[in-house]
Amino acid sequence: MEAKKIGCYICTGCGIGEAMNVAALEKVASKEQKIPVTRSHPYLCGAEGVGMIRQDMANEGVNALLIAACSHRFKTDEFQFDTPLLDRVDLRDKVLWVQDVASGDATAKEDLQMMAADYLRMGSVKLKKMEPPDPFQDAGFSKDVLVVGGGIAGLTAAKEVAATGYRAILVEKSAALGGMVARMHKVTPSRAPYRELEENPIQALIATVEGDSHIKVYKNAAIRSTLGAPGLFDVTIHNGDTLTTERVGSIILTTGYSLYDPKKLDARLGYGVSPDVVTSLEFEEMAKAGKIVRKSDGQPARRVVFSLCAGQRDANHLEYCSGACCAYSLKHALYLMEQYKDGSAYVLFQELRTPGQGEEFYRRVQEEGGVIIKGDVEKVEKGAAGGLRVQIHDKLLRGHEQLEVDLLVLATGMLSTVDTSDPNNPSPVGQVASEEAAYVLNLDYRQGRSMPELKWGFPDSHFICFPYETRRSGIYAAGPARRPMGIAESITDATGAALKAIQAVESVARGAGLHPRAGDLSYPSFRREGCTQCKRCTEECPFGAINEDEKSNPQFNPTRCRRCGTCMGACPQKVISFANYSVDMIGSMLKEVEVPPADDEKPRILVFACVNDAIPALDTVGRNRTPLSPYVRIIPLRCMGSMSLVWVADAMSSGFDGILLMGCRHGEDYQCHNVRGSALAENRLSKVSETLNRLQLESSRVKMVEVNIMDADTLPALINDFAAQIGSMELNPYKEF
Amino acid sequence: MADDRTAARTILVVGGGISGLTTAVEAAEVGLNVLLVEKEPHLGGRVAQHFQYFPKLCSPTCGLEINYQSVKNNPRIRVLTLAEVEDIQGTDGDYTVKIRQHPRFVNEKCTACGECAKVCTRQVPNTFNFGMNQVKAIRNAHAMAYPNHYFMDPEYAGSEEARSLVAVCPVGAIDPTMTATLLEEKVGSVVWATGWQPYAAEKIQPYGFGRFANVSTNMRFERLANPFGPTEGRLVRPSDGKEVKRIAFIQCAGSRDHNHLSHCSRICCLASMKQATYVRRQFPDAQVTIYYIDLRAMDRYEGFQKKVEADPGVRWVKSKPARIDEDPQSRDPIVIGEDTLTGIRYAEPYDMVVLATGMEPNSASTARVPAQGVAYDACGFVISGGPVLAAGCAATPLDVAGAVQASTAMALKAIQSAARRG
Repeated sequence: MEAKKIGCYICTGCGIGEAMNVAALEKVASKEQKIPVTRSHPYLCGAEGVGMIRQDMANEGVNALLIAACSHRFKTDEFQFDTPLLDRVDLRDKVLWVQDVASGDATAKEDLQMMAADYLRMGSVKLKKMEPPDPFQDAGFSKDVLVVGGGIAGLTAAKEVAATGYRAILVEKSAALGGMVARMHKVTPSRAPYRELEENPIQALIATVEGDSHIKVYKNAAIRSTLGAPGLFDVTIHNGDTLTTERVGSIILTTGYSLYDPKKLDARLGYGVSPDVVTSLEFEEMAKAGKIVRKSDGQPARRVVFSLCAGQRDANHLEYCSGACCAYSLKHALYLMEQYKDGSAYVLFQELRTPGQGEEFYRRVQEEGGVIIKGDVEKVEKGAAGGLRVQIHDKLLRGHEQLEVDLLVLATGMLSTVDTSDPNNPSPVGQVASEEAAYVLNLDYRQGRSMPELKWGFPDSHFICFPYETRRSGIYAAGPARRPMGIAESITDATGAALKAIQAVESVARGAGLHPRAGDLSYPSFRREGCTQCKRCTEECPFGAINEDEKSNPQFNPTRCRRCGTCMGACPQKVISFANYSVDMIGSMLKEVEVPPADDEKPRILVFACVNDAIPALDTVGRNRTPLSPYVRIIPLRCMGSMSLVWVADAMSSGFDGILLMGCRHGEDYQCHNVRGSALAENRLSKVSETLNRLQLESSRVKMVEVNIMDADTLPALINDFAAQIGSMELNPYKEF
Repeated sequence: MADDRTAARTILVVGGGISGLTTAVEAAEVGLNVLLVEKEPHLGGRVAQHFQYFPKLCSPTCGLEINYQSVKNNPRIRVLTLAEVEDIQGTDGDYTVKIRQHPRFVNEKCTACGECAKVCTRQVPNTFNFGMNQVKAIRNAHAMAYPNHYFMDPEYAGSEEARSLVAVCPVGAIDPTMTATLLEEKVGSVVWATGWQPYAAEKIQPYGFGRFANVSTNMRFERLANPFGPTEGRLVRPSDGKEVKRIAFIQCAGSRDHNHLSHCSRICCLASMKQATYVRRQFPDAQVTIYYIDLRAMDRYEGFQKKVEADPGVRWVKSKPARIDEDPQSRDPIVIGEDTLTGIRYAEPYDMVVLATGMEPNSASTARVPAQGVAYDACGFVISGGPVLAAGCAATPLDVAGAVQASTAMALKAIQSAARRG
């Protein structure tokens, strides 16, 4: 790129021109900051204002834009130009609209002007330090998708990947495709009117996959190791005596579920008392084989108790609900009643869960004569005439009853098969799964070979808003491996995961980041000479993007990177930076703020604010025109995880009197889109008192708070109280230097 | 995807709620062009009205912000608000759609400075808050609305005052003479993501919604809890502004009922548990009662149920109440019924009763698909196939995570359909 030529454009609309001395601001830009082209316009986002900027780009060679107008979150379509070098200075929402200058008070006006000038200075320095990102490229990028697990979800994922025009490689550990669903007889209704059992779709799906030239299938195969990163994964597949390495771009985990061990169930449920106490899967297989009979003597099983939630929703077993078992058990009741016209199906439930149109199927089974009872199995014995005697507690009739039945079917729950050791003892939030777990992918990540789990062994990272996300970029889980679910939902889920996998390979090919900074072309660069091998970056990256070589030097994997900057914030040596975001850039920005001499008694408070939650909340404060302390200067951060302690020291030695950090909620129900950013910042901050002590400053000058995007009502008090607290302290003695 | 003709690379997404937004963003991030059409003046749909999500009790705006950033940063997504699709003709890969662009009376020059609203004297019921308060007839829908442009109510646009606002706007954004226009667009596939509306609670006669001031609904309660809602987040009852300290939630109000909605709306149990936490957090001495048939906290949401169950201030009664009466003096609603676990009849007064009304698909009434060959199930949910793919709650009642999951899947199906030239 040719030499950078900055143009600074100050909007004087929305009252900016009336409240501020724009000529003075222009002077700050042109004289003090030496920006070659500086202009103002009464309505910059209008066609004429935007046209003026375009003209300068065409005629004056301006190729870097400093746009001083409203918040960067607004007028984004208007202020879109053909240059990656652009910064928005917010003179309106976070300056004019949060300062009360209506009274005409001279001090208030002066403070407003100082604030606007400081933001302009900061923007100018930021733009000067900014370089255009050079997207990461590699000649070896693959757009193929690996699918691990050949059950209904895996088959669907492979089929959908291929149907979109990409190649899929499907790895199945057993000799046959089909997984759990292949062991089933029929499936619960997925189509209107949601009353009829449907033919098992699995064989047709297997035939489609096996006949698709875009899909390569490995059976009897396991994954020995997964090296590399999105676009560049090298997956070694162990298949019989041979090892094959495939290069793939992204990975879908559809390893399905295993069932909770029935031997661990409470004794009252009677598993093991008689062969006639069976699991749902055993019953399913019996129905598939044709005859529903007592296992003990092969006699027809006409009377059957189906007991739901066996070892589920139970602190001693699986704490969660598997979601699909209620519908499965109703299906089993229907099998029975279809096979024996005089059959009796007793379905014992805690809470019957047939959401959505599943309610129609529940109704159908009731109409067919299924006896649905809210209650528990209390005791199971062998029956007098073979079969079983089951004592139940009927909670609605409020009585205990003995039932002579042929079978008792226990609905045991689903466990994710992705790297899970014990679903009731998941790894602490923010840490990778136990190393004792069995690894599906055998990842080559410095943070471990397994997939990090969120809760109960499921490998996702954003349960509500972005359910496909995991903490391993380009690797997505689908079906019951991701969340307990039934067949229809697994098919949908696998289709969605196929999209995410395709999206990952396409983004990587463009050199673009994935969620949450989708499309970001920057990635961290690393200055090796300065590295002390302290390992903080490799340990802290929430996505495990950084490996280590044998000498403990960090090895960056740019396509794993989500561009949050946590590595940059972690590095005490300042050797990690992005083309458009660096420790030096932010440090230079805060040093550019003009700190008034102590005699003026105007403290300066630096606010680092998370760009996703705190910044929009601050914009809303402006929208509400709620006044904020005029002493505050706000710097948005990509993520609190990128917060460097160097800035705290820099700010203090530059004469700031206090620092407020606004991160998002962390802990078990974290909101951080980079999973651990705000938690890591808080952790780092716990070491800040050392720095402050060295400077002989009180540790209460630095405070971190959790800010929610909807906190516009409470944020002003939070900021103003902190400002008042800082104001009541002695001013920072370093102002004098 | 060798085919790069524009229509075959363009997807129409109808509905800008969480499902439509997700479909749009996910498809655009693969590299497709997306036309996103929303009938309201802003995106965000039903979730934007919510205070918090279960189970994390976090703000929907946080996730929406990420989606809006994706929309803003991605030139492949074109958004039309106040627009409705009127006609769909064609086959996969080659659809011609007609879109009615309703007038906003404020053009894209708007900077949301608010000068017009200062001058406007006309107050209208705030539909975003279900009419529980009044707002200016020219406004932004809510604090976090995207696009951040004002709009004017059509009834107001004809007034003299509205015409006078033209001169008030410093950037010339106001135009009360704006009229509807009809656009024609070529697209390769259509995703129908028109979402849901709360079931009309007044139809559940015995519960007295509409007759009794202190009988409300779960969606209204979301707005009451919201700091930007009609009470600025204070949980007070409509009749006299009294703090809501004795409150009942009635589950399946209109759901799982052949006379109303025959399906289960999936989210209402969890929504009431969540709303119980709003009450308990605001008033630590409050008592919450939840009347339910079955508590449906499916799969991992079980953990959230356990968390709410651990709160001694929440009482659970397995019962579908027979009716609600009102104490004429206190205006307390009295819930009457029988506890099915104990067989004991009850008649209990509360400060307020919240009906956990279910999801009625918009496709059953206001958002029918304007195309031949579209099938619906008995509840009016769209069955995918033919000219449209149904995403999110247009297809089935879903929680947010489920809607995102299903909409992501539909983005892929839409990409495949668009590329398939008949």
